[in-house]
Amino acid sequence: MDLDLLSNILFAMARTGTPLLLVALGELICEKSGVLNLGQEGMMLFGAVVGFIVAFSTGSLWLGVLLAIAAGMLLSLLFAAVALGFNANQVATGLALTIFGVGLSSFIGAAWVGKPLAGFEPLAIPLLSEIPLIGRMLFAQDALIYLSFALFVLVAWVLLKSRIGLIIQAVGENPDAASAMGLPVLRVRTLAVMFGGAMAGLAGGYLSLAYTPMWAENMTAGRGWIALALVVFASWRVFRVLLGAYLFGLASIIHLVAQGVGLSVPSNLLAMLPYVATIVVLVLLSRDAIKTRLFAPVSLGKPWQPGH
Amino acid sequence: MLLSLEPRGQQSRAMLWLSPLLAAVLTLLCGSLLFLLLGLSPGLTLHTLLIAPISDWYGVSELLVKALPILLCALGLAVAYQARIWNIGAEGQLLLGALAGSAVAVNVIDWESRWALVWVLAAGTFAGAAWGGLTAWLRTQFNANEILTSIMLNYIALNLLLYFVHGPLKDPEGYNFPQSAMFGDMARLPLLSDDGRLHSGIYFALLALVVIWVLLQKSFLGFQIKVLGLDRRAAGFVGFREKSLVWFALLVSGALAGLAGVSEVAGPIGQLVPQVSPGYGYAAITVAFLGRLNPLGIVFASLLMALLYIGGESAQLSLNLPQAITQLFQGMMLFFLLACDVLILYRPRMKAVWKKRLVGKAAVA
Repeated sequence: MDLDLLSNILFAMARTGTPLLLVALGELICEKSGVLNLGQEGMMLFGAVVGFIVAFSTGSLWLGVLLAIAAGMLLSLLFAAVALGFNANQVATGLALTIFGVGLSSFIGAAWVGKPLAGFEPLAIPLLSEIPLIGRMLFAQDALIYLSFALFVLVAWVLLKSRIGLIIQAVGENPDAASAMGLPVLRVRTLAVMFGGAMAGLAGGYLSLAYTPMWAENMTAGRGWIALALVVFASWRVFRVLLGAYLFGLASIIHLVAQGVGLSVPSNLLAMLPYVATIVVLVLLSRDAIKTRLFAPVSLGKPWQPGH
Repeated sequence: MLLSLEPRGQQSRAMLWLSPLLAAVLTLLCGSLLFLLLGLSPGLTLHTLLIAPISDWYGVSELLVKALPILLCALGLAVAYQARIWNIGAEGQLLLGALAGSAVAVNVIDWESRWALVWVLAAGTFAGAAWGGLTAWLRTQFNANEILTSIMLNYIALNLLLYFVHGPLKDPEGYNFPQSAMFGDMARLPLLSDDGRLHSGIYFALLALVVIWVLLQKSFLGFQIKVLGLDRRAAGFVGFREKSLVWFALLVSGALAGLAGVSEVAGPIGQLVPQVSPGYGYAAITVAFLGRLNPLGIVFASLLMALLYIGGESAQLSLNLPQAITQLFQGMMLFFLLACDVLILYRPRMKAVWKKRLVGKAAVA
């Protein structure tokens, strides 16, 4: 494998890893606050379809991105209302959100399937993008990928350095104590869920406006679910989320690597790889039940109402 | 909020069964609103969607044909969900059943005996159970979250099916279409009548219904499953073996989904095609919850879901609505159901502020 190929693989890895990174960062904040939202796939799809329709009809890609984010947040509010407001089972509510999002996006997107759109173009930063090996990966990407770098820094700073991060974690570890200290548990959780929705919407918008600028039913192909596994893989730690997202990105462009070394494997079999990798990773990381429990936010997925 | 929730202290039996009805009504209301926004007459659209498709015998038989795989999958899911094992993998288990059944069927095309059908059905059921068993193995052996593994196995099963239907199982005389050869007559489920596509798979569904009903409502095994679902620790204290129960629940639900899949290819379709299932395995999740994880409730819920499927098809043909309306209604219904379920444990009350104001007014009067 020569350097050029390797640089191309790294470039593609960041592109395929970005939607996973965005969703997983959102879900990380959400789970840190104690809420398990399995609706990522649905929110992503809704973001993708709304972003595409808006960008296609107005001609403005950024307006598309903005409304993709809004779309994700809108669906996350539905989740918050049912799971937090009405105390419903979070697993079932998240599933409902995904089923609903799949149906809603296919329904409103039916007339837009296969329409062409000029999506985000790569913006190469002079000089920096010519650094060997990692130059193209880091500095010759499109605007949304640069945005994902910034969002990663933001989430890392919030979780590791800020008061907001402490509040989120207090609410996720022990809502009773947090509430006794005067923290508005349900409001913090709702905001965390909304942040997750915004990130999933953005990830969807990235898919339909930059990664493959078009709309197709179910175009997320399970990325929302893989991102959920990623958070477990990362043991709820933000730097590991980044690492995991790019590793999974690598797994889904393995056909490039295979071509590079001259292998030919049927495409449907290669397409399985990210899913197989997810299972393998879950197995490797969950084997130690006690350790998994130590890393997970203590009240993850447990309903909570004030005064009970 | 003007309403506040007050704990009832115990489950309301009435709300347990009223909630799905309420959810269905709310879905219809929301759907009507949607049709109005789209400039369609709600009455006419709902008629096309829900009544016209079953206004003749052929329509009713199509309803049963569609309800069959959904019912089989949902019965299996009910067993798993009663134990709080979140098997989302019915779709993959169904697809693998269809794949394995087809792999046998194309090799027994010229058989003259009914053993062909037996082998095809057995292969499909077994493969579905094995796919469910894989989830059980990952869960019991490695503690891997079954929601995520079973979802991943869905995607893997779909890609396996696509690989086989484009490759090893493709009909050599099929003009390069991605489909297998048509199965031999002896490997097909016999039709029940000359008009319509209703086939003898319906007997399996009835059998499964009785077996799962007895299992869940009358057997000690079913009791163990329910206890496990209600309280894992309690189940451990009284000595129920969690691992065996997890295996059992996932094997049963996998086998039933596999049977559903193989019944589709050996029944109405007659060959392996890429679109074996329009999401039956996912629809079954909604159906299982809507039917309250109760076998009889699931029968009604799967008929309703099947109606949405054929209604979606007819709405596409006559009103040019996207067929995804089926999934949209599915999602809405599950959402409304979960929201209405709050009424099982809580009683809605007007806020005290309002009461005081009302009392105050009454006093003035």
